[in-house]
Amino acid sequence: MSWDEVTPLLWPATVDTLYMTGVATLFTAVLGLLLGVLLVVTERGGLLPAPPVNKVLGVAVNIGRSLPFLILMVAIIPFTRTVVGTSIGNAAAIVPLTVGAIPFYARLVEIALREVDPGVIAAGDAMGATRREIVGKVLLREARPGLVSGLTVTVIALIGYTAMAGTVGGGGLGNLAVVYGYERFETKVMVATVALLIVLVLIIQAAGDLVSRRLTHR
Amino acid sequence: MIQIEKLRKVYRGRGREVTAVDGVDLTVAEGEVFGVLGRSGAGKSTLLRCVNLLERPDEGRVVIDGRDLLALRGGALRRARQGIGMIHQHFGLLGSRTVAGNVAFPLEVMGVPRAERARRVAELLDLVGLAEHAKAYPARISGGQKQRVGIARALAGRPKVLLSDEATSALDPETTASILELLRDLNRRLGLTILLITHEMDVVKSICDSAAVMRDGRLTEQGPVTGLLARPGSELAGGLFPLPPAEIRDGYTLVEVTFVGGATDEPFVSALARKYSLDVNILGGAVETVGGERVGRLQLELPGDPSLNAAQIAFLREAGLAVTVKTPTPETPDPGVRPAGTSAAGTPAAEPPASGMPSAGRHAGETSAVGTSSAGTPTAGTPAPETPASRTGAVHDVQEDAR
Repeated sequence: MSWDEVTPLLWPATVDTLYMTGVATLFTAVLGLLLGVLLVVTERGGLLPAPPVNKVLGVAVNIGRSLPFLILMVAIIPFTRTVVGTSIGNAAAIVPLTVGAIPFYARLVEIALREVDPGVIAAGDAMGATRREIVGKVLLREARPGLVSGLTVTVIALIGYTAMAGTVGGGGLGNLAVVYGYERFETKVMVATVALLIVLVLIIQAAGDLVSRRLTHR
Repeated sequence: MIQIEKLRKVYRGRGREVTAVDGVDLTVAEGEVFGVLGRSGAGKSTLLRCVNLLERPDEGRVVIDGRDLLALRGGALRRARQGIGMIHQHFGLLGSRTVAGNVAFPLEVMGVPRAERARRVAELLDLVGLAEHAKAYPARISGGQKQRVGIARALAGRPKVLLSDEATSALDPETTASILELLRDLNRRLGLTILLITHEMDVVKSICDSAAVMRDGRLTEQGPVTGLLARPGSELAGGLFPLPPAEIRDGYTLVEVTFVGGATDEPFVSALARKYSLDVNILGGAVETVGGERVGRLQLELPGDPSLNAAQIAFLREAGLAVTVKTPTPETPDPGVRPAGTSAAGTPAAEPPASGMPSAGRHAGETSAVGTSSAGTPTAGTPAPETPASRTGAVHDVQEDAR
C-alpha cells in the first residue's frame, strides 16, 4: 500500500474513534460523577450516610473495574441490544465503552472528592447550607481540578478501549491498526495509526491539563 | 444569650467510649466575649461544635437567644445556623472562590438576591478591611487576611452570636493580636456575643470578659476573668501570671497576692512594711491589663512563720487583695539526718549554703528553684529583723525547738 492509499483510510477511522470516545465520555462524565459522589456521601460519617448502599456500590464498582474490557463487551451484548437496538457497529461499541469507563471514572471522582478539605465542608454545614448545596457548591466545585484531571485520564483510557471496538464490528483507529497494520502486515498503516493515536492522546492530555490548571487557584 | 446545660457528648467506636464533653454548664451573657481555655483534647472543640449542632450532643440543652436548638431539625436547624456565625482555625475558605465569592456564599445559602448580595459583600469586606482584596483567591492572601475573610463570611447573616474555633491558633503573634482586636471591635460595635475556644492564655487575657477552664471534658472554673484571676488557686491566674516556683524558707511566710483594678492604686506593699515595720521581699510578680483592668499577682515573703503573720495577712485581705498563704508540700520530707553541731543552729547563718542555691529547702509545688536563688538575701538596705535561718530542714527543727 502506498501512502496515497493509506490516507483515505485514516480519516473515517479517526472520526469513528472520536465519535465513540466522545459519546462514551459524555455519558461516563455524568454517570461516573454521580456514582463517585454517591460513593463519597453514602459512606459512614458522610453527608448522607448509608453504609449498606455504600458497600453495594463499592462492590459493583470493583466488579466493573476487574472485568477485562473485551470480556465485558461480549458479556453485555444483550444489554447493548436493548439500549441501542443493535449489537454491531460503533453505536454498539459505545455502550460497553461507557459501562466500562463509569466505574473507572467513579473511583477517580471519589479520590478527587476526598481531597476536599473537611474543614470547608464543616464550614458549609455551619452556615446552614443544604446537603445539595454542600455537594454542588463545596464538594464538586472545590474538586473541579481533580475531576477534570480524572476525566482526562478516563478519556485516554477510552481511546485505548476503542481499539477493541472492532470485535463488535465497530471502526476506529485501533481497528484500522489491527485489521490493516497487524493482520495484513501493512506497516505504513500501523505507523500512521499509532502516530495519530499518540497525537490524539497528547492533545487531550494537554487540553485536560490546561483546563485543570485554569480551575486551580493557587 | 447562649445557655448550655448539662451537655454531654460521647464518642463510641469499636467497644471504646470517649466522653469528650462531660456535663458542661455554661452561660454566655449577651454582648459578652466568653473564652473556653483548655489544652488540646480537653473537649473544647467538641463543646463548641455542639453549640451549633455540628455535633449532636447525647444529653443536655443548648439554648441560643431563647431557642432550644436541639428541638430543631432539617430546615429549621439550618435557618438557626444561618444566624450563628462561626470562624475556624484553618479558615475553611473555598479555594475555588474569590474573597468576595467566599463572603457571598452564606448569602447564596440564605437566598439573598444577587444585587443585594453584592452590596452586602462590599459592606462586609469593608468592615474587615479587605475591600481591595475582593477579587483575590484565598491562596494568594495571608493567614490573617484569610481569617478576616472568615470573619466577614461569618457575619454575613447578621448573627447575634459568633463561635470561634481556635481562630487565631494558626496565626503568628502580631496577626493574632490584630484579629483579636477586630473581634473585640466587632463585639463592641455590633453587640456581637462571642463564644471562643482557645489554648492560648493571651486570647483570654486580651479579649475575654468571662472565661472557663476546660479539662477532661469538664469546666473546672468559670466566671468573669477578673474574678477568676483573683480567686486563690485559680488555674487561669496561674497560667496568666506564672510565678517562679516558690521555695518556702523556714521562718518566713510566703504569700501570693492577686489584685484587680483599684487595689493597684494603693501602695499596699510599702503600707504593709511601714505599718508592721516589716521587710517585705518581693520574689516575683506580674502586672497586666486584663479586660481593661489592671490585674497583678505578687509573690511576697514576710519574715516570721505564718502563725506570726496573721495580722499582716488580714491587713492585705482588708486592702481588697486575694491572698494565698503557700504551705510546704508535704511529700518532700527532709532527707538529711540532723548534722553534727546543729545544736548551735539558732545563731545567725549557722550553715550558709555551700553554693548560691539553697541546699534542701522545702519547695511549694514544683521542685525547681529557678528565680528564687537570690531570695535568701534579706531586703537590701535594712538589716533583717530575723536572721536568715539555715535552710536545712534539720536545722529548722532545732530552730523551732529553740522558740
